[in-house]
Amino acid sequence: MYTASDLRKGLRIKIDNEPYIVTEFNFVKPGKGQALYRCRLKNMVNGSQFERTFRSVDVFEEADLQEKKMQYLYQEEGKYCFMDNDTYEQIFLNEDQIGDAKNFLLDNIEVEVLLFENRPLGISLPNFIDVVVTKAEPWARGDSVSGNTKPVTVQTGYQLQVPPFIEEGEMIRIDTRSGEYITRVKG
Amino acid sequence: MSEDYSWKLAAKSESLFLRAKMVQAIRRFFVDQDFLEVETPLLVFEQAVEVNVDAVAVGDRFLQTSPELCMKRLLAAGYRKIFQICKCFRQNERGARHLPEFTMLEWYRANADYKDIMTDCEDLIISVAGGIGLKKTSFSKARLLLMEKPWDRITVEEAFQRYAKIEVSDALGNGRFDEVLACEIEPNLGIERPVFLYDYPREHASLAHCRDDGDIAERFELYIAGIEIANGFSELTDPDEQRHRFEEAFRQRKEKGYTGYPMPEKFLETLHQMPPSAGIALGVDRLAMLFADRQTIDDVVAFTPELL
Repeated sequence: MYTASDLRKGLRIKIDNEPYIVTEFNFVKPGKGQALYRCRLKNMVNGSQFERTFRSVDVFEEADLQEKKMQYLYQEEGKYCFMDNDTYEQIFLNEDQIGDAKNFLLDNIEVEVLLFENRPLGISLPNFIDVVVTKAEPWARGDSVSGNTKPVTVQTGYQLQVPPFIEEGEMIRIDTRSGEYITRVKG
Repeated sequence: MSEDYSWKLAAKSESLFLRAKMVQAIRRFFVDQDFLEVETPLLVFEQAVEVNVDAVAVGDRFLQTSPELCMKRLLAAGYRKIFQICKCFRQNERGARHLPEFTMLEWYRANADYKDIMTDCEDLIISVAGGIGLKKTSFSKARLLLMEKPWDRITVEEAFQRYAKIEVSDALGNGRFDEVLACEIEPNLGIERPVFLYDYPREHASLAHCRDDGDIAERFELYIAGIEIANGFSELTDPDEQRHRFEEAFRQRKEKGYTGYPMPEKFLETLHQMPPSAGIALGVDRLAMLFADRQTIDDVVAFTPELL
């Protein structure tokens, strides 16, 4: 059981017996008024989206999803293919179902495929992944004005802000829930 | 391997320098106008009873949710112009504009009303913006901070008529006042110029003076760029009416299953000595968000709870 204060981007909850994922989340509280939890929700079965505002007294059940360990194989024309390594069964998900996770799909990475009534609807990634930086501007040492962060591209094509000392070819750890840099991984 | 926290802290340096300059300019503004800077305890026995504000309990005391009651006891004791910059604590408030521990600026004037405090707001923010060298051309929000006074003023009733699909009386009747205000009205406020939203229904002002047979509370909120920056009012000075409102807030808290608080007896005992006054609470972190042009409050404080 979740309460409104558990709501965050990526949380999956059950509404009218169907699974929904929170795609946007905002905590708002006007003046001395009551706390409001504004969410954009996506129905994981049919993809329909809507906005809803919850209050602190609201409670939710976890979405009724089964998880199945599968390996990511490849992407072709917007279809993402995953395989069950025990049965060799393959399933496909579209880009919308993959969502932001497409930024972190390393070749052969193991993920949890989420199933609702045996239908695959999405995936759940490990919280942290280690990736190689494929493109980074060199660090101008002593440049203290613009030297706080710099953008880099990692092997999946994803771009993010990192500390200025990170260089091309280095490995970094990313939090897949926030998409943010966590630390440098020494090889 | 642990997270690289030092980098996260270092990445905030620009806004932390700006924030520090802003706080120094705020202090200078009040000192130049002969306000007395005061410090009141963070750990208190008594605090204002508000339906939707939850305090953090520490033993038999609370971390203050606002310094309001102690500041008013100083007014009652004869101090005429006082200000304070301090930490306040509110449970379960965390979002892009909320921290459970945040910095508040409060100031109070004896023999003044809420319109005097609106003028203070204009003078303060314009002076601070100039004092830290903001230029009108620097970025969109700085432009707003430098707008010449008087800033716009709109009553709550007018704001509902202009921006909401529902009348204020209906929103009060079906309990949707906060939701309509937050979701339909606030995003439109202070976009072209800063705006004072004023004259609240009495149900939404637990410590403000009410006029027009008690139906309208002399309370206002300052909005800049859709962000609520400050909440001020003409102070209620009638101890019986104040007790009655606290009791009503207790009743509503109980109804919602929230924790109760002790009746602020020491405050109520001295309230009759307080002259007609007005005061305000301004969110320092949020003002820093505007000055530094940041979208989240996380960027203008060194440590969020998550970095501890």
